Amino acid sequence: MSDRSEQDAQPEAGAGRRALVIGASSGIGRALVRQLAGEGYRVAALARRAEELATLEAEQREGQGERCGEVQPSAAGRVSGYVHDVRDLDAVDELFERVVRELGGLDLCIFAAGIMPPVGEDEFDTHKDTAMIEVNLAGCVAWLNPVARLFASQRGGTLVGISSVAGDRGRTKAPVYGATKAAMNTYLESLRNRLADSGVHVCTIKPGFVDTAMLGGAEDLPWVISAEIAARRILRAARRRVNVRYVPMRWWWVMAVIRSIPSWLFSKLRI
Amino acid sequence: MASTDPTTSDALLKSYRYVEGWGMSVGHLGRVLSPRSVEEVVAAFELARREGVSLGPRGTGNSYGDASLHSQGHVLDLSRMRGVLSWDATSGVAELEAGVTIEQLWKHILPDGRWPAVVSGTMFPTMGGAASMNIHGKNHYRVGGFGDQTLELDLVLPSGEVRTCDRERNAELFHAAIGGFGMLGVISRVKVRTKRVFSGELSVSAISVRNLREALEIMEARRADADYLVGWLDGFGTGDHLGRGLLHDARHLAEGEDPEPRRTLSIAHQELPHSILGFPKSQLWRILRLFNHDPGMRLVNALKHHAGRIQGLGEPERWTHAAFSFLLDYVPNWKWAYGRRGRRGLIQFQAFVPDAAAHEVLGGLFADGRDAGFVPYLAVLKRHRPDAFPLTHTLDGWSLALDFKVTPQGREALSACARRMTARVLDAQGRFYFAKDSLLRPEDVRRFLPAEALEGFAALKREHDPEHLLRTDLSRRVMGEWSSDQSANSA
Repeated sequence: MSDRSEQDAQPEAGAGRRALVIGASSGIGRALVRQLAGEGYRVAALARRAEELATLEAEQREGQGERCGEVQPSAAGRVSGYVHDVRDLDAVDELFERVVRELGGLDLCIFAAGIMPPVGEDEFDTHKDTAMIEVNLAGCVAWLNPVARLFASQRGGTLVGISSVAGDRGRTKAPVYGATKAAMNTYLESLRNRLADSGVHVCTIKPGFVDTAMLGGAEDLPWVISAEIAARRILRAARRRVNVRYVPMRWWWVMAVIRSIPSWLFSKLRI
Repeated sequence: MASTDPTTSDALLKSYRYVEGWGMSVGHLGRVLSPRSVEEVVAAFELARREGVSLGPRGTGNSYGDASLHSQGHVLDLSRMRGVLSWDATSGVAELEAGVTIEQLWKHILPDGRWPAVVSGTMFPTMGGAASMNIHGKNHYRVGGFGDQTLELDLVLPSGEVRTCDRERNAELFHAAIGGFGMLGVISRVKVRTKRVFSGELSVSAISVRNLREALEIMEARRADADYLVGWLDGFGTGDHLGRGLLHDARHLAEGEDPEPRRTLSIAHQELPHSILGFPKSQLWRILRLFNHDPGMRLVNALKHHAGRIQGLGEPERWTHAAFSFLLDYVPNWKWAYGRRGRRGLIQFQAFVPDAAAHEVLGGLFADGRDAGFVPYLAVLKRHRPDAFPLTHTLDGWSLALDFKVTPQGREALSACARRMTARVLDAQGRFYFAKDSLLRPEDVRRFLPAEALEGFAALKREHDPEHLLRTDLSRRVMGEWSSDQSANSA
């Protein structure tokens, strides 16, 4: 009757487990998909770009994931791509149902979709800003709501939101990007508290600089890590049921200092 | 009536989630439709017809097994239809939407000096569920089941027609819908009788008993006077102590006996405490979990038995209605002590046995469990009387409800054991209750329900639901012959 596995819904020992990654065609999302598939997960990868998804599916079918030397031939077909734009809020519920049916259940969901168009320091572009709100925030809520409901009803599951260190402070360079991440942090914290009694784990990830297209080739940034390393750290944090994790962890103390700077001083530092 | 436009069915609340029986040992992922009105129920039928799937009605999901599950179609969740349509404090008749819970009902009527005529051991079931399963309480031997106290109900038929049924109008449909586990139509409204009470408290006597025979004898002797009777038995007792336990006999207070009825009839007086011995109630199940194994439950049951022996020596005590009726609700989610992951949990094996055979058969059930290595962690004894509903589970006799822990490893062996127990009960002309059951097969059902009752029910099903738009996992399991013909009808 129920095909739910007997195992705990934690992302370790992926065999037989099912993961959904939203925002899977590039950057951290893509690295997460590869890593999860390597661990034996059945992964549903959602992204806007069909070609990127097709490549991801194909590379996993062939067991040639560049960072997944351990992938066995039996991993064939572990990744299924779904083309979807998270701004299409009305499509979410139906697609969610389809994805979970096709996976045969869900143990782990990672929301990794996010955009950060370059914004000049004197730019106040509502169009650009609302696009970020739609993807980073509305999309996150639209996806994580049905996931939270499912996880609560099955009293198990791990939900991971890829937020950012940018949500910790209102910086001059990214007012709305930072605001969407701050909102996401609060939303994820509420979900965590709501679902605590059902044994569902909600993990907020705050990456620092990760070498992805989002950085736009910017140089001279501190502590840039690769998407693969970020993905590994993210999954480790989720596995250990960490609530909030900076990736890499040294951002924790950096942000602790930055958070403690009083506003009158912060406004003069132009960080 | 009501040919529905697609906009109504688009407005239906839908969600995709894990749906499980109360005992948590069975469940499935599925789409849940949550209508908020009769029109939306009709729209749900239209939607099901359009999509070629069937609907499984569900209230708050308090049946232990698969009565409210539907893994082969959509689940129709009626718990959002929870309006109190009318309440007449003088006659004590309440008219309620199907999703109104027992909790909502008693809180609505108690300040007027009324209490629901029939309540289950938990206050969370809905009116629709209570009627569909014909639930009973600790006063079954006296007032009958929920159906006996139901005056009228509305059924939304799969055709979209709403049919009002009572003992005169559509009497056959009325009787079959009660206990008919939602297969003939969706109950959207019920009219029920309630009982006049002169206090918010009951006078409760505790009687410690040494074994099953004594439990049966004392309950039988008290049957004429007691308003409620229930026996808790220690499943770990053996030999001469088999069935040792604690009986509770509760009586309503007469007018004037309670010096402060206004105070005791207030909701605040009934509320269960928020913490027990300093532990917040919501976390108590974690403590229970520490004892949720054979040695732990042996200890808990023994302590309870011995505490009961002391308690039994005292004078009758005053308990609130809520505390006496809904003991199960004292510890929220206590069932999680049995495990929270899928396919763990508990099953309840409840057998209804004729009076004459009670001692032998009920004692035999304990022995069957023990022989297979399963001891019930909770065992409850009640007295019953027969009723007029064709798919009834009740009879002139006794029921024994045994809670068994389900684990993935022990599942098969427990099923095998329960089948032996089922055979023992059926051999003694006993019966079963679909709200508790998870194991019966069509051939078992044919042994305790008369052929004419089953044929009559099937004829009503053909008449009112020819497309088989209403099904549940329970209906497919126990009514194989009339519901399996379209079982390919999956989502």
